[in-house]
Amino acid sequence: MGKIKECAVVISQEKLATDIYSMWINTNIAKEAKPGQFISVYTKNEAKLLPRPISICEIDDKKTALRIVYRKAGKGTEEFSKYRSGASVNILGPLGNGFPLCDEKAILIGGGIGIPPMLELAKALESEKTIVVGYRNSEMFLNNDLACYGKLVVATEDGSVGTKGNVIDAIREQNVSGSVIYACGPIPMLRGVKEYAKEKGIKAYISMEEKMACGVGACLGCVCKSTNVDDHSKVNNKRICADGPVFNAEDIEL
Amino acid sequence: MNTKVTIAGVEFKNPIMTASGTFGSGMEYGEFVDLNKLGAVVTKGVALTPWTGNPTPRVCETQAGMMNAIGLQNPGIDTFIERDLKFLSQYNTKIIVNVCGKSVEEYVGVVERLADTDVDMLEINVSCPNVKEGAIAFGQNADMLYSVTKEVKAHAKQPIIMKLSPNVTDITEMAKAAEAAGSDAISLINTITAMKIDIYKRDFALANKTGGLSGPAIKPIAVRMVYQVANAVNIPIIGMGGVSNYEDVIEFMMAGATAVAIGAMNFHNPYATEEAIHGIEHFMEKQGIDDINNIIGCVK
Repeated sequence: MGKIKECAVVISQEKLATDIYSMWINTNIAKEAKPGQFISVYTKNEAKLLPRPISICEIDDKKTALRIVYRKAGKGTEEFSKYRSGASVNILGPLGNGFPLCDEKAILIGGGIGIPPMLELAKALESEKTIVVGYRNSEMFLNNDLACYGKLVVATEDGSVGTKGNVIDAIREQNVSGSVIYACGPIPMLRGVKEYAKEKGIKAYISMEEKMACGVGACLGCVCKSTNVDDHSKVNNKRICADGPVFNAEDIEL
Repeated sequence: MNTKVTIAGVEFKNPIMTASGTFGSGMEYGEFVDLNKLGAVVTKGVALTPWTGNPTPRVCETQAGMMNAIGLQNPGIDTFIERDLKFLSQYNTKIIVNVCGKSVEEYVGVVERLADTDVDMLEINVSCPNVKEGAIAFGQNADMLYSVTKEVKAHAKQPIIMKLSPNVTDITEMAKAAEAAGSDAISLINTITAMKIDIYKRDFALANKTGGLSGPAIKPIAVRMVYQVANAVNIPIIGMGGVSNYEDVIEFMMAGATAVAIGAMNFHNPYATEEAIHGIEHFMEKQGIDDINNIIGCVK
């Protein structure tokens, strides 16, 4: 089937925390979707040309619906947050490569709005895993869902829950171990994850984010710096939307 | 019903093309549209050697449009011929390669490498606003445009299209210079130099500070310029700039364009090109138009 753009139907919408929303969508895109992939969500305002890339948080067991958990960050996502059950939503997907599923003891790391893709990944990974999540404060989201699939370790910037500090502080303080890391979150967090993985000599797969236009690899808008000359671009750039968003941390300059 | 149009002896099955830089070499959008149905695929700009392009963010959204400052990232002509052209050659569509360079020699170098390939036409990019050397520098001065056109034309095996920038005082001067130097056709408009500031970050939305504005916001400017150029030169025009659908295509053709390219709208609707082709056919049927050529420049 490949990628499609379709007018899908909203099943439910729920506010999880301040500006954080969860939307289940009935869509054919769910059939082939994998953890770590994303969809492009279009607003109904014709004056807003570009879609919003949003990671897939969950895929239902029957492969008929997707869940996205997203932050209301502007007028586009504000519009999405107002969609109710039965509303239509224009989406394109499934996009990107997704996480490689390794059969090893895993550490899943999510920071802020980078937490959602960790849920479907946690469901898909059969190996033993620890899920480390970082929030600003005690206003948490998806923590209960994640706790169903592995040991949950929390870090908060203000120290109100779990370790005070960032996800790496929590990993060290709570002696989390594993032989592969999966991470999604802000660049400073990913930088910390990459350094930590190098220090421990373990693999790390990181999910990147950038402003996108086409979402399918054509426009070269959303590139990141690669360690080596990329086979497709022939320069030190990789397309986050098409070659990623998940990369081996060693392959990316952060 | 005839939807075929001809530019410099090259026949296109319909006037719908893709605007350079928005469609790669067709590989990615081949998942959404049947490339065989398109009048032509106009590739992303290619230079003699790989170009890294600009830092990110390279794109941002604006009201009814978007800005980009990709900086002509491209894999260089060798990879382009081996991979992209090989791919496109499988399809029954015309191939127009967008050629960029930092010097006249570089344009000539690329054009010469393409001489013995399946390429149908060459679009010479003298209008990208996002690179420091070459590109727009050649397209904002009539004398320089004349000399680069003359030089490229002398070395090109395929017909050439000079792609003009709207970032000039009088676009007809540029069009006339290109025509006088032997350009076979003209395409316009490239993006309009623009700026966006993120007021919360107190910083530019694009790392390059400025970028090229495209999308529906610029369409009326593009229509006006196509009309002006159509009345200033006798060579065919490929019109572009904010084309969303078949109605926009018809509008550009009535203003004087022989063919029309769809650009930023591919990002909003990956099916836009194929939908426009069907739309044109319906429009012709409803309006009793037998030959699409009859509407070219019909509004005087």
